[in-house]
Amino acid sequence: MSETLVRFEGVRKTYGAGGPAAVQSLDLDIARGELLTLLGPSGSGKTTTLMLLAGFELPSAGRIMLDGRDIARLPPHRRGIGVVFQSYALFPHMSVAENVAFPLAVRGVSKHDQARRVAKALDTVRLQGLGDRRPAQLSGGQQQRVALARALVFEPPIVLLDEPLGALDKALREEMQLEIRHIHQRLGVTMLYVTHDQAEALTLSDRIAVFEGGRVRQLADPRRLYDRPADAFVAGFVGENNLLPGVVESREELDLRVRLDCGPVVDAQAVDCGGAGERCLVAIRPERVAVAGVTAAELGEGALPAVLTEAIFQGDHVRLRLALGDGGAILAKRPAGMSALPEPGGPAAVAWPEGAAFAFRPPA
Amino acid sequence: MSRSPRLSAALLTAPLLAFLLLSFVAPIGAFLWRAVSDAEVAAVLPRTIVALAGWDGAAAPHDAAFAALVADLREARAREATGPAGGIARAASRLNADRPGLRGVLPMTARRVAAPFDGPARDAVIAISAAWADPETWGAIRRAGGPLSSFHVLAALDLRRDASGSLRALPDDQRVFGAVLVRSLWIALLVTGVCLALGWPLAWLAATARGWAATLLLGAVLLPFWISLVVRTAAWMVLLQREGVVNAALGAFGIGPLPLMMNRFAVVLAMVHILLPFMVLPLVAAFRGLDPRLPRAAASLGASPWRVFRRVTLPLCLPGIAAGCILVFIQALGFYVTPALLGGPGDQMLAWFVGFYATRSVNWGLAAALSLLLLVAVGVCVALYGRLAGFRRPGAA
Repeated sequence: MSETLVRFEGVRKTYGAGGPAAVQSLDLDIARGELLTLLGPSGSGKTTTLMLLAGFELPSAGRIMLDGRDIARLPPHRRGIGVVFQSYALFPHMSVAENVAFPLAVRGVSKHDQARRVAKALDTVRLQGLGDRRPAQLSGGQQQRVALARALVFEPPIVLLDEPLGALDKALREEMQLEIRHIHQRLGVTMLYVTHDQAEALTLSDRIAVFEGGRVRQLADPRRLYDRPADAFVAGFVGENNLLPGVVESREELDLRVRLDCGPVVDAQAVDCGGAGERCLVAIRPERVAVAGVTAAELGEGALPAVLTEAIFQGDHVRLRLALGDGGAILAKRPAGMSALPEPGGPAAVAWPEGAAFAFRPPA
Repeated sequence: MSRSPRLSAALLTAPLLAFLLLSFVAPIGAFLWRAVSDAEVAAVLPRTIVALAGWDGAAAPHDAAFAALVADLREARAREATGPAGGIARAASRLNADRPGLRGVLPMTARRVAAPFDGPARDAVIAISAAWADPETWGAIRRAGGPLSSFHVLAALDLRRDASGSLRALPDDQRVFGAVLVRSLWIALLVTGVCLALGWPLAWLAATARGWAATLLLGAVLLPFWISLVVRTAAWMVLLQREGVVNAALGAFGIGPLPLMMNRFAVVLAMVHILLPFMVLPLVAAFRGLDPRLPRAAASLGASPWRVFRRVTLPLCLPGIAAGCILVFIQALGFYVTPALLGGPGDQMLAWFVGFYATRSVNWGLAAALSLLLLVAVGVCVALYGRLAGFRRPGAA
């Protein structure tokens, strides 16, 4: 791991005396040059964490170190951190160039240098030549680029982005995700990105911290987060997952046999799970579930009998919903054009590779 | 019917336009017209005015003018004996506004010349009153010859023409309205400044408070609207007079009684109280319209609180501030009741003089000219506001 730029040490934030903690004892390191995403549902504490770093909230306890200096009590304008807000927050009474020049002007940069650096920043976000426009004359995507340029132009050690693409439509959002990623790679600036969109987090991030209930549930790179979620919440929140409830029958090291509530007994890898007799959730990614229009015995060992209830064509793939055992259901995603899909209502079998099923403790 | 919706909408406003025309534009226009029209003297002395056309104004005019005066006055007397009376009195009142003393001279002369006399008209008329030997008397008649004259407008500006027609400033001891205008502007400016200083924090609180606190604050601001202006002014009289509530309270501490009324302090105090809502409401609207993320964004970009205020908050609130200031200033400029009831002689504003000339001295021409002066002052302020704050909506290109 490279050098640490920002360190949260035991940071806690409560609103009002005795109220619930928005952030509970947070320890988090942000490495210089990385793009770290805080991912979580609304109310999970991710935005509060960002506001604590920006200085718009003061922590109830703990230290926030930037470059080895405790900034937890410093007012926002003394921190030198760039922030991009969800609603852009461009100054409507200034032109685009004046908006971007604002952080330079308040730092007393000479007019000549301002003009040069503004032009360079607008170039970076591909808005060259639009400096004289008013923000209201720009599209949502262009406004977001201006906000980005404004947060980058004074070369802060870290830029915070608070759901910056939330107001954009899907196509533009995906384009901007790549653009932010490219700007991050090109400039090497450290970025802290907050979003509730797990696909966006997977696209952009070097590392992702999954927030829930004011805590970090897992901190990992996107691939590991997807392949090896640390608990049932992460397994359900990041990407799609079948979460099948059951009871552990036997445990040997990490190898479990689990009797699902709907009947079948399956093998699973224990991740965060108790021993025999305890309840658990078995997680299987839909794209790992194989489906065939034959009986389970014909498909092979470990295959389970199922009944196809619904098939939804989605262009590049088909989503199959199958009834499993007594009242259970499982979702499978198969590439479109695959032959031998079962008829709805007809006999079918599902199977998954060894090691594709993980068992977690059910959330309290 | 295939009229366009726009035309239908315009037709629906027709009753309002007719109402405004009849109740607003026409009466005000007719009143202001009096500032420049001058018909009273010409109705009584038409020949005299014709005879004075070529007069140089240096000395008393030639004999023909005297003969014309006698003929005009005899005819006017004869007319009034049979028809409606009052023409001579109105003309005398108009001339008196120009040359004090002529109010009595003209009716007396008309009465005395009605009887036949011997010798030239000049000697007879001058024998009736020495005023007829003074060229300024004749100058006053010529100035009032109408049908249009600049006399009242010039008087409102402390200017007049002498008998020869050249423009003169009034001597210092007769100048009134310049000082009154300056005083009116100063009081209005003072009231606007105090309203802004007091209204700003209140508006900020009301705009940022939530729930019942915001309702309560705005209610407190709006409460004075429910009470008549005269009643509120009278309430201040009860509070501020020599044996009033405030002096009684101060007396309990052995202070006073202080002269709290009939001075500038009382006028400004009551005007601020009456006009404060007009400042607070636009300010609340401006503060509520301000996106709270913008000051945050500015702070995150390195701007100190003072710089955030100056570069972001203030420019974005400027239209609301300007609207509040112009509302308060224009209303304050035309205030009448409050200075009349709470102020001393030195605190009366332009509107008081309009009222004085319209009702007490019955000099409608001067009242109209002073109104015109007030209207122009307001117009200049609005134009200035337009230049500074702009009539365009904020954010428009």
